Amino acid sequence: MSTTVATAKPKLKTSAMIASFADPGQKTTPAPFGHALVKAAHDNGKIVGLTADLGKYTDMHIFAKAFPERFFQMGMAEQLLLGAAAGLAETGLIPFASTYSVFAARRAYDFLCLDIAEPNLNVNIVGGLPGLTTGYGPSHQATEDMAIFRGMPNLTIVDPCDSVDIEQAVPQLAASEGPTYLRLLRGNVPTVLDEYDYTFELGKAKVLRGGNDVVFVSSGLMTMRALQAADALAKHNVDVAVVHTPTIKPFDAETVLAELNTDRLAVTLENHTVVGGLFETVASAVVTAGLGKRVVPIALPDRFLDAGALPTLHERYGLSVDKIVAKVLAELG
Amino acid sequence: MTLSSTEAAPAATPNAERVDRIRAAAQRIRHHALNMGEVQGQGYVGQALGAADMLAAVYGDQLTFRPGDPHWEGRDRFLLSTGHYAIGHYAALAEAGIVPVSELETYGSDDSRLPMSGMSTYTPGMEISGGSLGHGLTIAVGMALGLRAQGSASRVINFLSDGELDEGSTWEAAMGAHHHQLGNLTALVDINALQADGATDTVLRTEPVTEKWEAFGWYTQRVDGNDVGALLAAFDNIAAVAGPVGRPSVILCDTKVGRGVPLLETREKAHFMRIEEHEWQICREQLTAGYGRTASA
Repeated sequence: MSTTVATAKPKLKTSAMIASFADPGQKTTPAPFGHALVKAAHDNGKIVGLTADLGKYTDMHIFAKAFPERFFQMGMAEQLLLGAAAGLAETGLIPFASTYSVFAARRAYDFLCLDIAEPNLNVNIVGGLPGLTTGYGPSHQATEDMAIFRGMPNLTIVDPCDSVDIEQAVPQLAASEGPTYLRLLRGNVPTVLDEYDYTFELGKAKVLRGGNDVVFVSSGLMTMRALQAADALAKHNVDVAVVHTPTIKPFDAETVLAELNTDRLAVTLENHTVVGGLFETVASAVVTAGLGKRVVPIALPDRFLDAGALPTLHERYGLSVDKIVAKVLAELG
Repeated sequence: MTLSSTEAAPAATPNAERVDRIRAAAQRIRHHALNMGEVQGQGYVGQALGAADMLAAVYGDQLTFRPGDPHWEGRDRFLLSTGHYAIGHYAALAEAGIVPVSELETYGSDDSRLPMSGMSTYTPGMEISGGSLGHGLTIAVGMALGLRAQGSASRVINFLSDGELDEGSTWEAAMGAHHHQLGNLTALVDINALQADGATDTVLRTEPVTEKWEAFGWYTQRVDGNDVGALLAAFDNIAAVAGPVGRPSVILCDTKVGRGVPLLETREKAHFMRIEEHEWQICREQLTAGYGRTASA
């Protein structure tokens, strides 16, 4: 007679749609976009919100609850979402339209391009799950959204690091003329930049810390990782500067080039494919300025990414702090 | 006129003076379109001739606007989704006094305010940049929402073509307009049964069109789009039932490409119609002769 020995299965790491990239115990702020939009809407009666069946998943539900008469549910119809946003703006309103980045960039591109960007309307597109912030695979991972959008004239692209960036960006996006695209971080969003002498200024890069050996140029959640990696590298006696570039377009080349025009190791860090994002933005600025400067990219590979748990995937594709540290040490030899 | 609607329509007949006034405007629009087409030697003349009655009814009878102040916020909005119909729209804008008639001859030329495909950034009175088909009705939904939310009584009229019924975005917008009960929105669909690659029923069958719009919740009427009396009656029916909150309305307009010019009406149908240099004068003469014969008493 055989007996079955019950063995405890190892707990599997799973992929959640709305996975948090916050570290355990890290300070976070709930729904910074939704609350910032409500605050901005109190000050500016022209602000309206709309979404394509993703209000709860883009923190737009906070606005919808506060201003039901200024919120428009457009259903799972992204072309209508952006066409209607253009129409609302044509009547003098200031729409914030939310969906996932994949749908804004891939499915509704033509509507953003021709109905919003060409007439240079003040429509603010809010894209959830930018880059690798979900483990659901290519259907939801907008790894190439900035590459798609950078070629669009008039469109301002913002890749915020944390809740501080988002809270400060929202009123500036509403106040700026022309269309914007915000790479949304939602839910409990890490709060990082309050530790630094920092304010978000649309179109400006900011030096968050100085350092003699390496200069990081980063955007989005990778600025958080860059700051953590800089601390870790200090233990290896490597002194790292961090330049945060939350506005990808128009790009603050002046600030960035001033930092790159040194003999420090230059590294770009982005939550985006290595094609067409921050690295290539920096590279083109460097070449245009005639700097013979090597730049090392830390970015997602040019491929469709795996499904899985976010920590697993960030480790696999080189976005984790450990992988950043290892890459820099290898570069320094 | 064929009324295909679930709603009883008021039995109003537009009076003859009103019909004649719009017919005369349509005739001028057709002449403008031929003259513009001749300067270019080409153009979407067939579509302009087919849609002239619709455009005349809209600008001559329906829209509230100020010719000298095309951005006046109290205006009704007319959205041309089919950018290539701009030749007809420019003629209507001239008829409306928004664009000088003398400017029409610049159509399609370098540095003209009247490009081949209509764009809002170029032309006074042109509300949107059409051309990428299937956009107009989505923008119209946003405009109607925005105007209503701000307490405006302005209406939004979107001109689209039956070819645009191929685009999924048109139906996204049709659903959205009904969901939001945009009673201040009217769609005008030019059913000329022709698109770029040929007859609509050979490219992508869109019929039954009437039943589709009714199923999407719209107040639906189908008329002969070259019958001015029928067009005006359809607009009157909408006025009788419409309010800012309620069902959106659509007038499905069966039209004839090249209408009013037998030479073009009988020519093999083409999205982009070729007209020889010597034929333009023949077209004008046929247009004039035909108008005399069909004028109402």
